[in-house]
Amino acid sequence: MEQLIQQVAAGLANGAIYACLALALVMIFVSTDHINFAQGNLAMFSAYLVWQFLQWGLNFWLALPIVVVISFIIGVAIERFILRPLHDAPVLSIVVVFIGLLTIFFSLAGAIWGHTINAFPSPFPKFNFPGAAYFGPHQIGMILTTIVLLLLLFAFFRFTPLGLAMRAAAQNPASARLAGVRVDWMLALGWGLAAAIGAVAGTLVAPVVYLEPNMMASILLYGFAGALIGGISSPGGAVAGGFIVGVLENLISYFGDVVQNLTGLYIIGNGEKLSVALLIVITVLTLKPAGLFGRVSVKRV
Amino acid sequence: MATTTTTANGVTRKQTSRFGAGFSRNVWLLLIALALLPVVVALLPLVGGPAEVISSYTFLQLSLMIVYSIAVLGLNLLTGFNGQISLGHGAFFAAGAYVAAALVAHHHWPHMVTLPVVALFCFVLGYLFGLPALRLEGHYLALATFSLAIAVPQILKYRHLEGVTGGVQGLNLPKIVAPWGLPFTPDQWMYLLVLVVAVPIFWFTRNLLDSRTGRALMAIRDQPMAAATMGINISQYKAITFGLSAMITGIAGALHAGMFRFVAPDSYPLELSITFLVGMVVGGLASLPGAIFGGIFVQVIEKYADSIARSLSSTLHLPIDIEPWTIYGIALILLVYLMPTGIAGGIARLRRLMNNTGRRSGTS
Amino acid sequence: MPLLEVEGLKAFYGQTQALYDVNFSLEPGGITTLLGANGAGKTTTLRAICGMVRAAGTIKFEGQPITGKATEDIVRLRVGHVPEGRGTFTNLSVEENLRVAAYTRKDQAAVARDLDMVFEYFPLLKQRLGQQAGTLSGGEQQMLAISRALMLSPRLMLLDEPSFGLAPMIVQEIFRIMRRINAEAKVSMLLVEQNAALALDLADHAYVLETGRVVMSGKASVVKNDEAIRKSYLGY
Repeated sequence: MEQLIQQVAAGLANGAIYACLALALVMIFVSTDHINFAQGNLAMFSAYLVWQFLQWGLNFWLALPIVVVISFIIGVAIERFILRPLHDAPVLSIVVVFIGLLTIFFSLAGAIWGHTINAFPSPFPKFNFPGAAYFGPHQIGMILTTIVLLLLLFAFFRFTPLGLAMRAAAQNPASARLAGVRVDWMLALGWGLAAAIGAVAGTLVAPVVYLEPNMMASILLYGFAGALIGGISSPGGAVAGGFIVGVLENLISYFGDVVQNLTGLYIIGNGEKLSVALLIVITVLTLKPAGLFGRVSVKRV
Repeated sequence: MATTTTTANGVTRKQTSRFGAGFSRNVWLLLIALALLPVVVALLPLVGGPAEVISSYTFLQLSLMIVYSIAVLGLNLLTGFNGQISLGHGAFFAAGAYVAAALVAHHHWPHMVTLPVVALFCFVLGYLFGLPALRLEGHYLALATFSLAIAVPQILKYRHLEGVTGGVQGLNLPKIVAPWGLPFTPDQWMYLLVLVVAVPIFWFTRNLLDSRTGRALMAIRDQPMAAATMGINISQYKAITFGLSAMITGIAGALHAGMFRFVAPDSYPLELSITFLVGMVVGGLASLPGAIFGGIFVQVIEKYADSIARSLSSTLHLPIDIEPWTIYGIALILLVYLMPTGIAGGIARLRRLMNNTGRRSGTS
Repeated sequence: MPLLEVEGLKAFYGQTQALYDVNFSLEPGGITTLLGANGAGKTTTLRAICGMVRAAGTIKFEGQPITGKATEDIVRLRVGHVPEGRGTFTNLSVEENLRVAAYTRKDQAAVARDLDMVFEYFPLLKQRLGQQAGTLSGGEQQMLAISRALMLSPRLMLLDEPSFGLAPMIVQEIFRIMRRINAEAKVSMLLVEQNAALALDLADHAYVLETGRVVMSGKASVVKNDEAIRKSYLGY
C-alpha cells in the first residue's frame, strides 16, 4: 500500500510537468492549429539558461523569472518572424519549420553547454512536513509551483481584458478583428506564454532527469499524451490529462511489478513507459481525437 | 516504352504508355556505368594497372548514399507523393534492419536472402500502421509518427523481444564477402549489391508513379475529397502506400545493417527520422531524383558537417562551435522559405528556364 | 461632409474580381441600404470597407482614407460591423462577448453607460449574461452581434443581412430596434439586405448593386413605390 501511494504521489509530481507541457501545446494549438514539436527543446534551452545563471551565482528565484521573461520574448519572436509569414503555407512546410526549430535549439544547447549530463540543484529546501513519507520536497515543489502557475494563467485568461482578447482571437479571429483586437499580436503573445510555461516546466524537471540536451524528448511525448487525453483543444483538459498520464504510467508500472511478484512473469515495467505513452497517443488519435474534454471541429466541405 | 513526338513549335515531348515508361536510355547508361565501376577497379590490377583506383572507403560512401536514397525514396513516396506526413520513418528503417539481422544472426540466413522477408514484414507493418492513420490528417499524423519515432528505441529494448532483438547490446552480423572467389573487396561487393537492389526499387516506383495509380496517389494528396468522388478508394490507396513506403525504407534499413554489421536499439533514435525528413525536403519533395539528391545530401553532411560547422564558426568569429544539426535546422527553415521544391525542384526550374530560352532563340 | 465616401471601389478574392466600380456615399444620420441579387457584391462591399478583402479605389470615412488599412484599425475609427452569420464568439459567455467588443475603449464609465444602453434595447441579453453565447437562438445572437457593434460606440454601423435565417416576427422586432438606435443613439447605418422590401421600409436611401457595380440609386420611398424599378432590379 505504501508503495502504491508513493507511486501515485510520484505520478502526480511528474504529471505536474506533463500538465505544464500539455498546456503549452494546447495554447499554441488552439490559437494557430499548429502542433509545436519544438516545445520540448525550447523548454530544455530555458532550463539551461537558468542553470547558466545559477553557475554565475544568481539566486534561483531571481534566475527563474528572468529566464521566463527571456523565453517569453523568444516565443514571441519565433511566432512573429518565423511562423507568421508562413500563415498560408501547407501543413508540411509548417511541420518542417517546427522540426527545424527543434534541431536548432537542441544543437545550440549542445554547442553552448556541451552534451554531458549535468546535475541541476533543486530549489526546494528539505523540510519536514506531513506526507513526507510519500512526497519528496522537490516533488511537492513541482506540484505546488505548477498549481500556482495554472491559477495565475486561469486568472489571467478569465479576468483580464487581454486574456479575454486572446481567447476571442483564438476562437474567432475574424470577429476579434471586428472588435479591434490585434489578432496577429495575440498569436505572438500566445507563443510567448507557451514558451514561458515551458521554461518553468523544463526548469522544474531538470533536477529529476538531469540536465542534458536530450532531456525533454520523452517528456514531450508524455505531454502529447496528456494533451490528447484531455482534449487538444481544451486547456483545462490538457492540465487534467497531464496529471492523468503521470499517475497512469506509474500505476501501470506498479501493477506490472505486482504481477511480476505474484507470477514471476514480467509483462510491463518502468522501461515501457514511453511505449505506453505512444499507445495512448495513437489510441486517442484514432478512437477519440477530441479527448475527454475537447471538441472536434466539423470540417465544412 | 517511350516514344517522342515533336510539336509544331519544335518542342519534343515524351509520350508514356499506360504503365509508365521506366527509365530513359540515359539513365540506363548511367546505371550500367555505375555498376561497372567496381568491376573496372577490381580488374585493373589484374592487367597491370594501379590498384584501388577508387578506394574501398569511397565505395562505402557511395553505398551509404544509395542506401539513404532508398530510405528517402520510401518517405517521399508517402509524404511527397501521397501527402501523408511521416516523422517516424526511422521506425521502419529499424524494423527492416532488425528483421534482417535476426534472420542472419539467429538462423544464419545469407544477408541478401532476407530481403524478401524484410520487404513483406515491413509492408505489413506499414499497412497496419497506415490503417489507423487513415483518419489522421496533417499535424495529427505528424504527431503520431513523431511519437512513434521517440518510442522506437524503448520498444526495441522490450524484455520479451530480447530473444529476437538481442536487447540493449543488439546483434552482431558477419561480414558480407563476394562469393565464388570473385575479385571484389567486401566494400566493392556491397556496393554492387546495394546498386542491384536500388535499381528495381527505383524502377518500380517510377512506373508506379507514372501510372494511373500514381496519379491517384497524387490526387489523394492534392484534393482528397475530389479524389473520393471520382471513385478512388482512398482508404486502400493510403494504407497500401504506407505499406509500400515502409517496405522500401525497411529494405534500406536491412542493407544498412548489412553494411555496418551491427544493430542496436540506440542506433535508431528520433534523429534518424528527422535525417530522412531533411533528405527529402532538401532533395526535393515528390521527386525521384530528389530522393537521390537527398541521399547524397545526408551522406555529405554527415561526413563533412563537422568541418563545415567549424569553418563557419571560425569565419563568422562565433564564440561557440556550431553543431551540424544547427545547420540542418537552419537549412530546413531556409528551404521552406526560399526553395520549397528542394534541389530537384531547383534543377527542374533551371531546365525549364533553359528550355524556354532555347526555344526563343530558335533551337529546340 | 459625407460620413462615408466610396469611389471606384474594386475588390478581389484571390485572383477573382468581385467588385468592378462601386461608387456611393453616405451622409451622417440616416440609414442607407445596399440591395441586389445574390452575388451582386453587397457583402463584398461591406467587407472592403472594413479591410477584410483585398481592395483598390478610394474609401473615405469622415474624410480620412481607409483603403488598405487593417480591419482592427478601421474598427478603432468607430466603424461597427455586424457580420454575415453574426460572428458570435460561441464559446464565450454573452457578457464576455460584450466585454471583448469594448476591448479598445479606454473610458470605462462610457463603456458602462453603453452597456446599459444595450440592455435597454435588448433586455433579453441582460437576462442571459452568463449563458454561453453559442446556445442562444438565432435572433438572440443577432441582437448580440448588433450589441457588440454598439459597444464600439460607432458612428457608422455596417449590417450584413441581419434578417438571414430569422423568423419574420423576430426580424420585425430587430428592425424596429435598429430604427430606434439610429434615431436615439445617432448611429448611421449601412444595411445590406437580400430582403429588399424589409430594407426599403427601414432605410432612407437605397443603392442597387449588380455584378460589382452600382446600377441604381434613389430615395428608399421612391424606389419602394416604383414598380418598374422594383421589377427590373429587385425582382418583385
